[in-house]
Amino acid sequence: MPASPNRKIIPIAPAAQDDGGLYVASRKIYPRSIRGLFARWRWAMVFVTQLVFYGLPWLAWGERQVVLFDLAARRFYLFGLVLYPQDLIYLAGLLVISALSLFLFTAVAGRLWCGFACPQTVYTEIFLWVEEKIEGSRTARMRLDGEPLSMEKLVKKWFKHVVWIGLAMWTGFTFVGYFTPIRELGMAFLQTRMGSWEVFWVFFYAFATYGNAGFMREQVCKYMCPYARFQSAMFDNDTLIVGYDGGRGEPRAPRGRNVDARAKGLGDCIDCGLCVQVCPTGIDIRDGLQYECIGCGLCIDACDTVMDKMGYPPGLIRYDTSNGMAAGWTLRQRLRRVLRPRVLVYAAVLAALTIGLLASLVVRTPLKVDVVRDRASLARIAEGGRLENVYRLQLMNATERPQRYRIAAHGIEGLSVSPDEPLAVDAAQSRWVAVRLQIPYGAMPAGSHTVYFDVREEGGEARVSEKAVFLVPR
Amino acid sequence: MSDFVSNFWSNYVAAASVLSILGCLLLLWLTARKRVPSSADNTTGHVWDEDLREANNPMPLWWMGLFVLTIVFSLAYLAFYPGLGSFSGSLGWSSSGRYQEEVAKANEALAPVYARFEALPVERIAGDAGAMAIGERLFMNNCAQCHGSDARGSKGFPNLVDADWLYGGAPDRIIETIAKGRVGVMPPMAAAVGSADDVKNLANYVLSLSGSPHDSLRAGLGKSKFAACAACHGVVGAGNQALGAPNLTDNVWLHGYGEAAIISQIVNGKHSEMPAQEGRLTDAQIKVLASYVWGLSNKPVSP
Repeated sequence: MPASPNRKIIPIAPAAQDDGGLYVASRKIYPRSIRGLFARWRWAMVFVTQLVFYGLPWLAWGERQVVLFDLAARRFYLFGLVLYPQDLIYLAGLLVISALSLFLFTAVAGRLWCGFACPQTVYTEIFLWVEEKIEGSRTARMRLDGEPLSMEKLVKKWFKHVVWIGLAMWTGFTFVGYFTPIRELGMAFLQTRMGSWEVFWVFFYAFATYGNAGFMREQVCKYMCPYARFQSAMFDNDTLIVGYDGGRGEPRAPRGRNVDARAKGLGDCIDCGLCVQVCPTGIDIRDGLQYECIGCGLCIDACDTVMDKMGYPPGLIRYDTSNGMAAGWTLRQRLRRVLRPRVLVYAAVLAALTIGLLASLVVRTPLKVDVVRDRASLARIAEGGRLENVYRLQLMNATERPQRYRIAAHGIEGLSVSPDEPLAVDAAQSRWVAVRLQIPYGAMPAGSHTVYFDVREEGGEARVSEKAVFLVPR
Repeated sequence: MSDFVSNFWSNYVAAASVLSILGCLLLLWLTARKRVPSSADNTTGHVWDEDLREANNPMPLWWMGLFVLTIVFSLAYLAFYPGLGSFSGSLGWSSSGRYQEEVAKANEALAPVYARFEALPVERIAGDAGAMAIGERLFMNNCAQCHGSDARGSKGFPNLVDADWLYGGAPDRIIETIAKGRVGVMPPMAAAVGSADDVKNLANYVLSLSGSPHDSLRAGLGKSKFAACAACHGVVGAGNQALGAPNLTDNVWLHGYGEAAIISQIVNGKHSEMPAQEGRLTDAQIKVLASYVWGLSNKPVSP
């Protein structure tokens, strides 16, 4: 079919840098959709991550949401756990474990996180899917953008943005649902009586989703994301990367299906440019490993499809290590290089930290005690000629049942505690109690003496010992 | 910036701010116009360490848009908010003003909570668990610094849990104490009492009033000297709540126990003060606080 005059032929490969400025207008990328092994993996990850993200807040654990970060009450519910702000160490541990997992996965198999699991990738993929359903394939979208404004264009664009904004709002709503009980939030939304901060965060997160997945897309990875850049520090020649086998592919040239490429001295690359068209970051993988490459493997799917049509073996573009690609290693040879010092160290530290964190969660005492000594009065003489110090104890009940705690103390001969009757603390609540310690007058010399408060759960296992000082004035 | 007598520094800071912003703008304009030679392989031609070449990767244009946005933001900010020297901004915003606003807002939000207590007598408020939770927080924030978090005081600071009151433990007396504060003065009495020996005898007499260990011979000799004290502490030493004169016949020793402490008190006198809370706390807060204090040593009336 002859090309009609208003159907421009679109160059596939991005033209070389022709603008010598320090700033350059970014070109919009129209990724072509493709089917194949890696595309299927990407979609599987979309479903897994989004089922968890959208679904988790709706699950209940007894009376409450299974995961709820109640910032106002400063309680963080995670399945059976009730965490206090004082448990921040677990969050720190989780972040360190996440970072080490990123290091490990990257050292072994490149930017797996970027290509398959990162929210930026996942939402871009979802938004692209919507775009393709409404505006059509890559060429249709490029043509539509090139056309002057028409009723059809207006309707398509409007419809796309409505769906995008709907998705983004749902995402924002779900996000806030991790911090406010999502069912109550839903009711509040229906009755238009959501709190102003809830409204702000729903819209803020929705705006970020809409902007990043709809417009910024690969720009986020290229210019904004620090992880994208520092992952290159974890790469070595035995890291799996998406690579083009130049030795097999070059010299590249288009040719008919029945042409004997060997006889004409051609490589296997038919220069169809499909690998560039499917790339979500708009690069040409045949130029070698580039910082823009998020390792999604879509170019592998594209090239394998073409190789199959041409009757060539697959794998002209493939997941391989730099060493493996250069030397043509077998799978066994490549696997052997996985167990190299860098990987072993990452794995060992990761395993140690994970086991440590899990173990400390398992043996965690669901009771916390803070001791604050009264600042104004050093000590006083109480009835019966006993020397008295006053403390405030914060008893933090990290269970979801009301508890009774009994306070005792040791460290000085003849130490007595009042009140010594059990103190009730409501479920997941904390309570401040003024506690007095007395010793017989003259039992200890003037100065500061170490004592310990022993707080014990009545009819339970939990017990905590907290250090404090008892002051005897001169 | 009222810290300076002249407004030179204010102008200096304002000029430095404006010039810096304009400088950023100029820098942006110059870099946007700049053309860098780039070769066919997209490098600038700079080579280090034999083979390290500098690639020419230009910033995206929207990034420069962000720079421009920051400049617009900073100019708007300086026009609306304080920041440009001593210029206070067209909105008249200040951190202390914002604080006052928030306090007013919080008081307004709390007004209905406190309104409930206005009609109730102190004895009833003390029986209300919600009111007592408020009372405890008020006590911790405003009273515990001196009276201790268990309200049992310490040397020089009265115990509020026992039944002994310097100025009276009736609800309206407690409210008065909190609102107006109290100044307790005992003048040095040594001159009125007599010799050092007389003072020692008097101290033993005072100890005898509460049945504390004392030298009964000295106490007998000191009894006549107590006339100097009786004006405030009463003939039998039972104190006077109108003056805040402590009861000497009980076993409460606010300023120290024993002969030496009493002698020091007679010789040196004492000036104690509790600051007035009126103005710092609202009337309603004072009432709730008084109920809390009253409830520490009395049995509240259940509603």
